[in-house]
Amino acid sequence: MNTRQVGGEDPDRLYIVTGGRLVARAAAHQDALRRDGAPNPRDAVLDLVTLVVGVGVPPPGLPTEHAAILRLCSDGPLSLAELSSYLALPVTVVKLLLRDLLAVGRIAVRPPVSAPAPDRLPDLETLKQVLVGLQNL
Amino acid sequence: MVQRAAAVRSGPPLRATVGDALKIVIVGGFGAGKTTLVGAVSEIPPLSTEEIMTTAGVGIDDPAAVADKNTTTVAFDFGRITLNDRQVLYLFGAPGQQRFWFLWDQLFGGSLGAVVLVDTRRIADSWYAIDRLEHHGMPFIVAVNRFDGPRPPLARVRQALDLSPRIPLIECDARARRSAKHVLIDLVAHLTDLHSAERTP
Ligand SMILES: Nc1nc2c(ncn2[C@@H]2O[C@H](COP(=O)(O)OP(=O)(O)OP(=O)(O)O)[C@@H](O)[C@H]2O)c(=O)[nH]1
Ligand SMILES: [Mg+2]
Repeated sequence: MNTRQVGGEDPDRLYIVTGGRLVARAAAHQDALRRDGAPNPRDAVLDLVTLVVGVGVPPPGLPTEHAAILRLCSDGPLSLAELSSYLALPVTVVKLLLRDLLAVGRIAVRPPVSAPAPDRLPDLETLKQVLVGLQNL
Repeated sequence: MVQRAAAVRSGPPLRATVGDALKIVIVGGFGAGKTTLVGAVSEIPPLSTEEIMTTAGVGIDDPAAVADKNTTTVAFDFGRITLNDRQVLYLFGAPGQQRFWFLWDQLFGGSLGAVVLVDTRRIADSWYAIDRLEHHGMPFIVAVNRFDGPRPPLARVRQALDLSPRIPLIECDARARRSAKHVLIDLVAHLTDLHSAERTP
């Protein structure tokens, strides 16, 4: 399969991967937006660099894509971006798959806690750590 | 060709203790050297992936978008640097053209800052990105990637970019690890300077 043909170029593929739930959930999300004027709080957890770790042993019979995620993060944390790249699935689709796995407790996520808030500079301690890390390269 | 069912990761896994990921965005026109720069400092071979967008810029939250022919994908690439036992830095290369801007907010919110990578043979490619970063208050520096051919002095480049004197303008060779590393260090130094500027108005 050609990675470039996954997702946007082939909308049907999204339905297959997500079992048709992408549309239903996106609609629910829109409803939530309309009601609260704020995004679903669970969305905030899943950033491109949110780190994913597997919890426990993958049970048999998981859908292929979910099992692939658990396999990929079985020997260390992996970012959502990396999962998306290795699975050759668009970021949005991987987010949906991760929410499935979160809901059944098969993964834990580590959000980017030191990311600066909108319109704020990163804090000085974070900058110092980054500087030291880069200088050690 | 990629077999999804056999998806395997490349490069070393992150340490189990890493739990705090940071981001820096490298933005620039076509062929400015974004992927080269990311690859020069990354501990894994640069990876690429994509996000689904609607051409209207509404994003995938629009339920109609999935089946809609107006969806398109935007590719971007990234690399990774483990900073210490706890922190990892991701570097994203993003196209800088106007029609990709909507990707930025969606994908790169929470970044420490940005590097605008400039190819002086195509200076105009950077105008939009610089404008937009300033507008959004996203801190950035500008790095001129030195290709073969004419090398206009930095003062001329600054003029051509109409760049504020407050924004650092440096040169680099995106292919060289040391040079790429210094671009990132200069960005962090600039972010640190902005802190002092904030405290002493
Ligand atoms: N001479 C020279 N060539 C470079 C330098 N940096 C990149 N290149 C070459 O320029 C070409 C484009 O570099 P890329 O890193 O792919 O640029 P990019 O910004 O990722 O390009 P797109 O993703 O296609 O927009 C490649 O063939 C690189 O090998 C440089 O500093 N000097
Ligand atoms: Mg590139």
